[in-house]
Amino acid sequence: MILLIQYTLIFASVLILVALGGCVSEHSGVINLGLEGIMVIGALGGALAMKYMPSTTGAFAMILVTVVMAIAAGVIYSSLLAVACINLKADQTIVGTALNMLGVAAATVIVKALNTAANPNDHSSEIIYVQQKKAFLVNIGSFEFNWFMLIAVIALIVIAVMLYKTRFGLRLMACGEHPQAAASVGINVFKMRWAGVLISGALGGLGGLVYITAGVSQWKFENGVAGFGFLALAVMIFGQWKPKHIAWAAVLFGLFRALGNVYSGFDFLDALNIPSGIYNMMPYLVSLIVLAFTSKHSRAPKAEGIPYEKGQR
Amino acid sequence: MEEQFAIEMLNITKIFPGIIANDNITLQLKKGEIHALLGENGAGKSTLMSVLFGLYQPEHGIIKKDGVEVKINDPNDANDLGIGMVHQHFKLVECFTVLDNIILGVEPTSKGGFLKKEDARTKVLELSQKYGLMVDPDAVIEDITVGMQQRTEILKMLYRDNEILIFDEPTAVLTPQEIDELMQIMKNLAAEGKSILFISHKLNEIMAVADRCTVLRKGKYIGTVETKNTTMEELSSMMVGRNVNFHVEKEKATPGEVVLEVDNLTVASKVHKNNAVKNVSFNVRAGEIVCIAGIDGNGQTELVYGITGLEPAKEGHVILNGKDITKAAIRKRSTSGMSHIPEDRHKHGLVLDYSLEYNLILQTYFTHDFTNEAGFLKRKPIREYANRLIEMYDIRSGQGAITSARSMSGGNQQKAIIAREIDKNPDLLVAVQPTRGLDVGAIEYIHKQLINLRNQGKAVLLISLELDEVMDVPDRILVMYEGEIVGELDPKTTTEEELGLYMAGAKRDEVAE
Amino acid sequence: MKKNNILKNGAVQSLLSSLVCVILGVFIGYIVLLFINPAGAWDAITAVVKGFFYWPAGPMRTKYLSETIVYTVPLLMCSLSILFSYKVGLFNIGCAGQYVAGAGIAIYSAIAWHLPWYVCVILAALAGAVLGALSGALKAYRNVNEVISGIMLNWIGLYAVNMLLSKVKSPTAETFHILHKNPSALIPSMGLDALFNYKYFTIAVPMAILIAIAISIILNKTKFGYELRATGNNKNAAKYCGMKEKQNIIITLLISGALAGLGAALFFLTDIKQWEVTQSSVPSMGFNGIAAAFLGCLDPIGSIISSFFIQHITYGGSHVNLDTYCSQISDLISSIIIYLCGFVLFFRYFMNTRIARADERKAEREKEDQAEKELIASESAAAEIAEPVEEEAASESPLPVSENTDGGDEK
Repeated sequence: MILLIQYTLIFASVLILVALGGCVSEHSGVINLGLEGIMVIGALGGALAMKYMPSTTGAFAMILVTVVMAIAAGVIYSSLLAVACINLKADQTIVGTALNMLGVAAATVIVKALNTAANPNDHSSEIIYVQQKKAFLVNIGSFEFNWFMLIAVIALIVIAVMLYKTRFGLRLMACGEHPQAAASVGINVFKMRWAGVLISGALGGLGGLVYITAGVSQWKFENGVAGFGFLALAVMIFGQWKPKHIAWAAVLFGLFRALGNVYSGFDFLDALNIPSGIYNMMPYLVSLIVLAFTSKHSRAPKAEGIPYEKGQR
Repeated sequence: MEEQFAIEMLNITKIFPGIIANDNITLQLKKGEIHALLGENGAGKSTLMSVLFGLYQPEHGIIKKDGVEVKINDPNDANDLGIGMVHQHFKLVECFTVLDNIILGVEPTSKGGFLKKEDARTKVLELSQKYGLMVDPDAVIEDITVGMQQRTEILKMLYRDNEILIFDEPTAVLTPQEIDELMQIMKNLAAEGKSILFISHKLNEIMAVADRCTVLRKGKYIGTVETKNTTMEELSSMMVGRNVNFHVEKEKATPGEVVLEVDNLTVASKVHKNNAVKNVSFNVRAGEIVCIAGIDGNGQTELVYGITGLEPAKEGHVILNGKDITKAAIRKRSTSGMSHIPEDRHKHGLVLDYSLEYNLILQTYFTHDFTNEAGFLKRKPIREYANRLIEMYDIRSGQGAITSARSMSGGNQQKAIIAREIDKNPDLLVAVQPTRGLDVGAIEYIHKQLINLRNQGKAVLLISLELDEVMDVPDRILVMYEGEIVGELDPKTTTEEELGLYMAGAKRDEVAE
Repeated sequence: MKKNNILKNGAVQSLLSSLVCVILGVFIGYIVLLFINPAGAWDAITAVVKGFFYWPAGPMRTKYLSETIVYTVPLLMCSLSILFSYKVGLFNIGCAGQYVAGAGIAIYSAIAWHLPWYVCVILAALAGAVLGALSGALKAYRNVNEVISGIMLNWIGLYAVNMLLSKVKSPTAETFHILHKNPSALIPSMGLDALFNYKYFTIAVPMAILIAIAISIILNKTKFGYELRATGNNKNAAKYCGMKEKQNIIITLLISGALAGLGAALFFLTDIKQWEVTQSSVPSMGFNGIAAAFLGCLDPIGSIISSFFIQHITYGGSHVNLDTYCSQISDLISSIIIYLCGFVLFFRYFMNTRIARADERKAEREKEDQAEKELIASESAAAEIAEPVEEEAASESPLPVSENTDGGDEK
C-alpha cells in the first residue's frame, strides 16, 4: 500500500510539473504539443549531470546540479518551439510533433555517441545512475520520500501565485486570451509568449528528469517517455487550465499509472490475473474516457494556437 | 503659429506594396477640442491612427506633440505621450474583471511584482465619479453590456492620465440613447481639457459633437472644416467625392403569399444560460423586405441561426412555403428555396483558401450541374458558371475564376457571396448585415440587389444594425430587444428616435406580433 | 510579372520548399556528426545520402533498391493517412496506433485464423478504420482534440496488440513467420520478386502506388474531396452550406485509419519482418509518415517520392560506421525535416498571398484607370465607384491554420 502511495505521488509529481508547464504555455497562447520531447531532453540533461558527477557528491549539490541541468536543457530545447511558433508562425501542432520526434532521436544519438566514445563496443542508449539517484531519496519508514515530490508542490504554489497574484501572470494570461488587447496597452506579446514557452520548457524538462528517476535507476533513451507529455496535457485539460485542479487531476492519473508498476504487490489484484498489458493501458484509457467527458465545455485560453501578428487588429 | 496643438501629424505618407494608404495627410488636433476624422472604409483613417500609435512607420512626414517633434516607434511611446484610444473592437480581455483590464500594462505592484489592486480600485472609483462613468470594477467583462465595456475602455485611458483621447467609430454598437450619453461624456472630457479625436463616418454625430472635422478620401487629405461653418451635404460630398443620394429609390411593395413563417421560436444561447431568442413569431411575404432591427447581441444572430438551421430550435416552428422545416438539415433548407448571406463572411460565407469559382458553387456543388453520377466535379461547367457570375455581378479579382478568395478585397468577397446566394433564385433571402464594413458604393449596390429581388416577388429578411439601412431599405421593421420582438414599425411613418426607443427597450408594443 | 509567374506555380514552390528542408536537414545532420567525431563525419553523411547506391551497380544495388521500395510501402500509406486527414484540418497522429492495430490484426488473422491474404488485408484496414473512427467520433461529439486522443489510442493499441500477438509468437519474443504457418496469407509477388531481385517484393508495391493515385483523385476531382477540403479550410463555412461536418470528420479519420492499417498489412504480410511482442514503444512508422506527408507537400504523388526518400536515408543510416556513429542519425534528420516543414508551409503560403494580392491590386487599379478614362470620355456624372482596396484585407491573418486548429471561436 505504501508502495502504491509512493508511486502515485512520484508519478503525480511528474504530471503536475509537466501539466503546469503546458498550462503556462497555453495561458500565454501557445499550445505546447512538444512537451513529450522537452521531457526527453530535460531527462537527458539531468541524466548526464548524474552520470558525470561523482557518486560521492553531497546530496544537496547533486540535486541542485541535476535539477539545474534538466531545467536548462528543457529551456534551451523549448526555444526551438518558441522561435518556430511565435516568430515564424509555424503550425504549432506540426512543430510540437517534430520536437517530440527530434527529442527522442537527438537524445538517442547523443547518448549512443557518448557511450560508444567511452567504450567502442557499447552501442546502447542507456544511462545508469544507481548511486547518484540515492541523493533524491529519503527513507521515512518504508516510504521512500523523493525530494521531487516537494519540488512539485513548490512549483504548484509558485505557478499558482504567479498566474493570479503577479503582474507577470496578469500580462501572460492577457496574451493568451486577447493578444491584441495586451499589445494595445504596450505589452510585448512576443516576449510574454516566449516567457510562457520557456517556463513550460523548464517545467517539462524537470518533469522529464523526475520521470526517469521514478522507480528506476537507468534509462534507455530510445524509448522516450511513453506518452507522458500527452498524459500531462490530458491532465491540464481535465484540470481546466487551473493549477489547483491540475494537482488533483495529476494525483488521479498518477494513481492509475502507479497501479501498473505495483499491482503485483496486491494479492487481490494479482489474483485477478489480469495481464500486465491491461495495467499498462490504464492511464491512457482513463485519460481518454476522462477527456471524453470533460472536453465538451473547455475553458481553454481563447487565443491559444493562433499566432500573434503585430499590427493585426 | 499661435494656436496650441496637442498633436500634429504633418504630411504623413504611408505606402504599402501596391497601394498608397496615406498620401501626404495633415491632421492637427487643438487642445481641448473635439476633432472629427471623417472618411469611408479604406480612406486611410485606420492607417493614419496606426501611424500615430507607432504600429507603422510613415515613409514621409512628422508627428509633433505640443509643437515638439516626437518619434513614435510603438504603442508604448504613444502611451507615454498621453495618447489613448478606444478601439472599434474593444481591446478587453473577456474573462478578466473591469479593474484587471484597466490596470493591464500599468499595474501598480509591490516589490517583486505582486499586484496591489486596492490603490488601483480607489483611483478607478474616483475617476468614474468625476466623469460620470458608472461601472462596477469587479464585474467580469463578458457579463456586462457593451456600453459598460466602452466605459471601461474610456476609464482605461483616464487611468493612464491620457490627454489625447481617440475614439474609433465608438457609436457603431450603441443604442441612440447610449450614443447621446457618450456624446455628453465626450463633451465633459473636452471641457476638462482633454483633446479628443473622433473617428466616424456618421455625419449627424460629427455635426452634433465635433468642433472641427478633417476629411480623407482614398488615402488623400481633402480638407479640414469648422463644423459650424459647414453642412452635412458638404461633408458628405467631401467624403465620397460626389453628392450621395441618401434615400434608396424603390416602388411600393406588393406583398403576396407568406413565404417564411416563424412561430414561437425559441433558441438557446451559446454564451449564457438564458434563451437568446424567446418565443419569437413573425412572417415574411413574397415581394417584401422585412428588417429585424436592434442593437448587436439582442438575439438576432441566434434568430438567424434558428431559421437557417445553424443552431437547433429549442421550441417553436419555422415554416417555409407552407412546409415545416424546423428540424430540417441545413442542406434541405437551402434546396427548398432559402438563401443566406451570413453575418460574418470569413467565418461562414467563404472558404478563403478555395478559388473564387469553388466559392461560387459552395451551395450548389452537389447538383447535377456540377457533379456527375460518379461523384466527380465537372470542371468546365463550373468555370463557365463562375465566369457568368463574375461578369453579371462585377466581381473583381486578380486572376478571375481561379483567384484565391483570401486575396480578394472585402467588398468583392461580399459581392461573390451575394452573387452566389441570389443566383440560386431563392424564395427567401436571409441577409444578415450584408453591407457590414463596406464603402458607400458597395452598399448602394447591395441595396439595389435586395430591392431587385423583392421586385421579382421574392421574400427578403434583412438583419441590420445600421439605422440608415433600417430606415431606407425595408418595407416593414421588426425591432428585437433581449431576444424578443418588441415592436413592428412602418419605415415610412416612424422616426429614428422612435426606433431608438424600441431598440433600447424603452418602449414596446402591447401585443408584439 | 514573368518572374512572379514561376514562383506562383504551386509545384515549383513545393519542390523548392521541400528541397530546402531536405538540404537543411541533411546539413544539420552533418553538423551533428561533426560534433560526435569529425574524422568520419563526411563518410557517414555520404553513406546516409547514398542509401542503396552504397552498393556497386549490379544485383546487390537492385536488391537494396528493392528493399528500400518495400519499406517505402508502409511509410507511403502512413503519409497518405496523415495528409488525407490533414486536408480536413485534422492531425491524425493516431496513425501510428492505427498502423499497430492493422499489423496486429493482419498477423493474427494470418496465423491464427489461416485466412487468405486479401481477407487479412481487409481486416487490417478495418482495424485501423475502427481506431480512426473512434478518434473521429471523440472529436466530433465530445470535442476531444484528435492529437491527444490519437496518442492515447497509440499506446492502448500497442499494449492490446502485444497481448494479442503473444498468442501467436514463437519461443522468441517474435511472432511466427507467416510462411511457415499459412503461406496463403502472403501477398503474391506475381513475378515481381524475380524482376526486382528481392523475395519480399510483392504486388503490395503497385497497390500502394495505385492507392496514392486514387487518393489524389478523390481529393482533387470529386465532390467528396471538395467537401473534405472545404471542411478542413473552414468548418463553419462547411456547416453553413449544409455539409455534414461531424460525419465528415468521422469518415475522414476512418479512411485515414484504414490507410494506416492497410499500410501495416501490406508490409507485414510480405513476411519481411515479424512483430516483437515485448516492444515498449509505438513503432515509428506512423510518426515518420508525418515527415513524409509534409515533405511531400501534402500531395499524394509527392508522398511517393518523399516516403522513398526517407526510407532511402534510413537505409543509408545503417551504413554509417557504427563504431563511432549510430544509425538513428537518419531519424534525427527526418525529425529535423519535419520541424523545418512546419514553417516552410507558412512561407509558401505567405509567398502566395503576397503575389496574389499584388496582382489583384494591379487589376483593381487597371480597372479604376479604365473607369476613370470612360468617365472622362463620356462626361457622365453617374459613373460607378471604383472600389478601393479595403484596409481590412491587408491586416487579415495570412495564416490558414488559425482557422483549422481547434475551431475556438475567434472574436
